[in-house]
Amino acid sequence: MSIDLNDPALLDYSQRPPRHPEPVDPANDGLPIPLNVRTDLYKRVQELRQFEKRAYDLFMQNLVKGTSHLSLGMEAVSAGFAAAMQPEDYVFATYRGHAHTLSKGADMGQVMAELLGRENGLLKGKGGSMHLTHAEANMMGSYAIIGAHLCIANGTAWSAQMRGTDQVTVCFFGDGTTNIGAFHEALNFAKVWNLPVVFVCENNLYMEYTPIDLVAAVPNPAADRAPAYGLESIVVDGNDPDAVYMVAADAITRARRGEGPALVEAQTYRHGGHSRADPGKYRPADEVEAWLDRDPIPMYHQRLLRLGVPEGRLSEITQDVARRVDEATEFAKAGAHPGEEHLFTDVWADGGSAWRN
Amino acid sequence: MAELTYRDAVAYGIAQEMRRDPNLVMLGEDIAGAGGVFKTTVGLLDEFGPARIRDTPISEQAILGAAMGAAMTGIPVIAEIMFSDFIAVCFDLLANEMAKSAYMTGGQLSVPVVVRTANGGGSRFGAQHSQSVENWCMMIPGLKVVAPSTPADVVGLMAASIRDPDPVVFFEHKSLFASKGEIPEGEIVDELGTARVVREGTDCTIAALALMVPRALEAADRLADEGISAEVIDVRSLVPLDTKTVLASVEKTSRLYTVEENPRLCGWGAEVASIVADEAFWDLDGPIVRITTPHIPLPAAEALEDMAIPSVDRIYETVSKTIG
Repeated sequence: MSIDLNDPALLDYSQRPPRHPEPVDPANDGLPIPLNVRTDLYKRVQELRQFEKRAYDLFMQNLVKGTSHLSLGMEAVSAGFAAAMQPEDYVFATYRGHAHTLSKGADMGQVMAELLGRENGLLKGKGGSMHLTHAEANMMGSYAIIGAHLCIANGTAWSAQMRGTDQVTVCFFGDGTTNIGAFHEALNFAKVWNLPVVFVCENNLYMEYTPIDLVAAVPNPAADRAPAYGLESIVVDGNDPDAVYMVAADAITRARRGEGPALVEAQTYRHGGHSRADPGKYRPADEVEAWLDRDPIPMYHQRLLRLGVPEGRLSEITQDVARRVDEATEFAKAGAHPGEEHLFTDVWADGGSAWRN
Repeated sequence: MAELTYRDAVAYGIAQEMRRDPNLVMLGEDIAGAGGVFKTTVGLLDEFGPARIRDTPISEQAILGAAMGAAMTGIPVIAEIMFSDFIAVCFDLLANEMAKSAYMTGGQLSVPVVVRTANGGGSRFGAQHSQSVENWCMMIPGLKVVAPSTPADVVGLMAASIRDPDPVVFFEHKSLFASKGEIPEGEIVDELGTARVVREGTDCTIAALALMVPRALEAADRLADEGISAEVIDVRSLVPLDTKTVLASVEKTSRLYTVEENPRLCGWGAEVASIVADEAFWDLDGPIVRITTPHIPLPAAEALEDMAIPSVDRIYETVSKTIG
């Protein structure tokens, strides 16, 4: 593709032709996934959805300062991969990392408190929304400079390879990342060293405020680049938890067996803007509407009912999550603002910050 | 005591640590069979094998990223960036990632990486392969910065850097590779954040780093012929910075000169001068004088490069004219 500078839609991206989602594959009802795994997936997407909605509400109340990037609409990608991982596997996320941090088992209250900049936050208030990390669960960080963390993810994969463990590293990033050099360095490096790492592109069709198809040389920004690095092109419906789970399980299993890296492109859509300040007005209205109709959660709810999970069980899960989100919110709001004693800690591994004697 | 070149001291120091710690690994471009483009890693592949001495693609971000990720899991890593000028293509990994990891995760992660890199001029390589970029790294909170001037310091500070739990940028000076020095027997482990008085004097203090140290010493010899007694300090470590040694020296001599190979603006000596001005102002008998490479890209031609980088003549003449 190349850009036609006479295209009037360049004046307003919302006037471009909408890119509608593919319909849900009805055959996915029959995927060989045990019902307890599917119920777990449902719980996971509910946790992410309700947490992110609350995070949004807290922005509106001005309790969350700075910026924040929500995964509303994109929950199935995080949930599907997390359900396919082992606890000792490593995860890397971008600044849009609330979901992946929660999926790896971080405490909701501590994550919420971090968004609020409180002392009881996951990072003691020193990292904020964009740097969520939960190292004791091998959630190795959320990184806010595009591309770098793909290179870092290679390192935990290299470590597992050297130590002879079967740990796999899963590294999430957005569609915009596929155009930065570090993405290409990381993929080539991972393949040459046969590293146990799965790179997951969450393609939500927009590189911040710009349609990804206007800035990527190929239609599928990640999958179409995969062959250049000796990798298979894999595209998955990122709004179907089951489809993601199957692809994730396969890629992770192969990496665990020593078969090397994989690159997965999960096609999805964010319900809101890029970040807190963005209403997302650059998107065609009917495109947004079509994707809202493909919301992964009501779809999955219906599927589980079809598969025989009682409505009562699903509402029990939903209500339990709602209660936990409320508790997390109260925990976060009750946290103190960090005191000056935290300002000069943790620059160095010894906990201090001294640079001279 | 054995005599080694600064070049051979690099591999000697790495080997000492690799024998001690079987987890220690190194990666970089052309470091394995080729022994490094400066021949600083010769013999390491033979002794430690390809799993611990790994060649990489020309992908500096991938190199530092892999080093960082492995280090976050507790494996100490040495990463070589061939020329320090190339730090600019992976500065994100140094400045935004490794340096900030401990702080922004509330102390959850640490990054025991040593980034070794060939720094400095005198090789007629021109503007993109000759720079002294220690000040680029010194300005980033969360990075430690070391620049040895002797073979023994290469070994000792290498060991200290490898054993340090934080990211350390280790600058090896290209124009010192052929220089020789005595290496003590046995294990050598030095300490980061310690400067060394390498020549005692009473009339002025000359603080220098890396290649500028032997030049300052030679200038001090010539100054002595004129009856000027110069104390020379090898700063060795920019972060942590041993300000005590500098302040104690200035208290004695009342004059401070810095000799810096980095270009003038925001060079390391500016920070040293600022600290001395703040904390030892009343000890000073005259202005602090910085002798630096001018604020220009480095030229390739021998004649021009020699004019740019502080020389023995320039150090000698500057001190001689200004000491009053």
